[in-house]
Amino acid sequence: MLTHVFQRVLRSYSPNYSSLAPDSPSASGEAGASSSKVAVSMSGLSRNRRSPWAVRGELSRRTVLTLALIGFVVPLIAWNFLALSGWVDPVFLPSPLDVLRRCCDWFLDEDLLGDIGISTMRVFGGFVASAVLALPIAVLIGNYAPIRALLEPLTDFSRYLPAVAFIPLIMLWVGIDEDAKISVIFLGTFFQMVLMLAEDIARVPHAQIEAAQTMGATGEELIKHVLLPAARPAMLDTLRITMGWAWTYLVVAELVAANSGLGFAILKAQRFLQTDKIFTGILLIGLVGLLTDQGFRWLSRLCFPWKKF
Amino acid sequence: MTIKINICNLDKHFGSGLRATHALQDVNLAIESGEFVTLVGASGCGKSTLLRTIGGLEEYATGDIYCNGEMVDGPGPDRAMVFQSYSLYPWLTVIDNIKFCRRLNHHRNDTTSHDVEVAMGRAEALIALMGLGHVAHAYPSELSGGMQQRVAIARALMAKPDVLLMDEPFGALDAQTREVMHDLIRHVHRLEKTTIVFVTHDVEEAIYLGQRVVVMAPRPGRIDSIIDIPFGQEREQELKLDPAFTAVKRQILNRIRETSGIKTDLEQLKKLTAINQM
Repeated sequence: MLTHVFQRVLRSYSPNYSSLAPDSPSASGEAGASSSKVAVSMSGLSRNRRSPWAVRGELSRRTVLTLALIGFVVPLIAWNFLALSGWVDPVFLPSPLDVLRRCCDWFLDEDLLGDIGISTMRVFGGFVASAVLALPIAVLIGNYAPIRALLEPLTDFSRYLPAVAFIPLIMLWVGIDEDAKISVIFLGTFFQMVLMLAEDIARVPHAQIEAAQTMGATGEELIKHVLLPAARPAMLDTLRITMGWAWTYLVVAELVAANSGLGFAILKAQRFLQTDKIFTGILLIGLVGLLTDQGFRWLSRLCFPWKKF
Repeated sequence: MTIKINICNLDKHFGSGLRATHALQDVNLAIESGEFVTLVGASGCGKSTLLRTIGGLEEYATGDIYCNGEMVDGPGPDRAMVFQSYSLYPWLTVIDNIKFCRRLNHHRNDTTSHDVEVAMGRAEALIALMGLGHVAHAYPSELSGGMQQRVAIARALMAKPDVLLMDEPFGALDAQTREVMHDLIRHVHRLEKTTIVFVTHDVEEAIYLGQRVVVMAPRPGRIDSIIDIPFGQEREQELKLDPAFTAVKRQILNRIRETSGIKTDLEQLKKLTAINQM
């Protein structure tokens, strides 16, 4: 069961592995995509076989899984070994066991679920606010050349404005409530989101638009019946990616007078040099981020059954 | 026979100043209603440009194009277009792709449920005509190139266009599939009696399909000659091996080679290889 989940997660990250899964037929017939047919000559040896180390080499599914597992387990063991060996000060490098212990303490004594909950709400709040505003603007920028010419340069420039530096301004303008934290996350994601979503719409194949035009579609009908449906998978993927960035802004957001949350816990732990808690916090943010990422991928598969993922 | 499309003194440039290319020079062409006309020529001869201009997708400043007596100014459902690839909507099944034009206000002229029935019936009829019955509920990504093009043609025909404009629709298909598609489009033409303007670079295809072949030449893009095809409406694949067919093919190929500089290229090549053999 666990290997199946592991395999699934792996597959969602690497398109190369998709053909190695049992339930996805290599219908496209791309060169090198199928490793299931290995030619065997009379002598039992196979010829023209690409070694795993050749460029675009091939691996069996089992080897891939084994290596991926090793890729996680070996660093973990090395970390454990390094921490327990005493070469490094435990303050600099807490052992995996310390991290696990701290995580359990956090869960049992300090409302870990509450922290995860409020942090998730903040990230989602900023993300949703960003998406709600970004989608219509992106549709306008993506479709209408005059609006694109007007808004794109400014939006492009705004991408480089550091969200962290806005914190004192946010405290002045918005205050120090939840709104302030959500604003930070909003600032960190909005501009990238608008531009990437606009790009998704601009990338709809020309032939699809022209086909509808030669069927008599008006501008509005083009947007509603062709551009939006065509761009939807790419837009959902953009949302998945920008959600990832939203998570990285969590700690920054919780700099603004927070008294709960994963980022706040990390910041507090910094003050007391509780590196094991810092490690735990970082890993937990990463884990929840991974879960939301997988959630988006699952949503993509659900919404777009016609798309080969 | 009424004239469906009338092109008078069409002239078109791409770009401006030093880098301007003369895409179409003084094109005059009259296409009759129900006619199957093929445009053939080497790259850069303007055949696709001409087709797209008729379709309303390329602007033109000099000359006139009339379709059904009306000036062509923008794309419209009277001139449906079939593209070479990537024009099907991947999020819709085959039958939904074909019925796509029903989503547009222009086609929602239903006043009774009988109209709806007729429309649905037409979709089913087109599916049967194009041999798509067994994939009606599949997605385009699950179909081969040939099947996809059948869907594209059915979709274009759904709205009963006056003219079907086809821009190298079989260019991305393998030779065997292309043969099947040739007979299929001829069959469709016989039944639907739509006016078809078909662009291709394949001379054999142009002759086999067309009632008239318009040979075009590049630099500047222009009509070189128009050849009437004498083979009648009933044609079979065997015709492609007929001496009369080959004669027409030779004639057209010569014109293309002469006007597009391929002849000089071939002569150059002969000279080079002759020198190497000495």
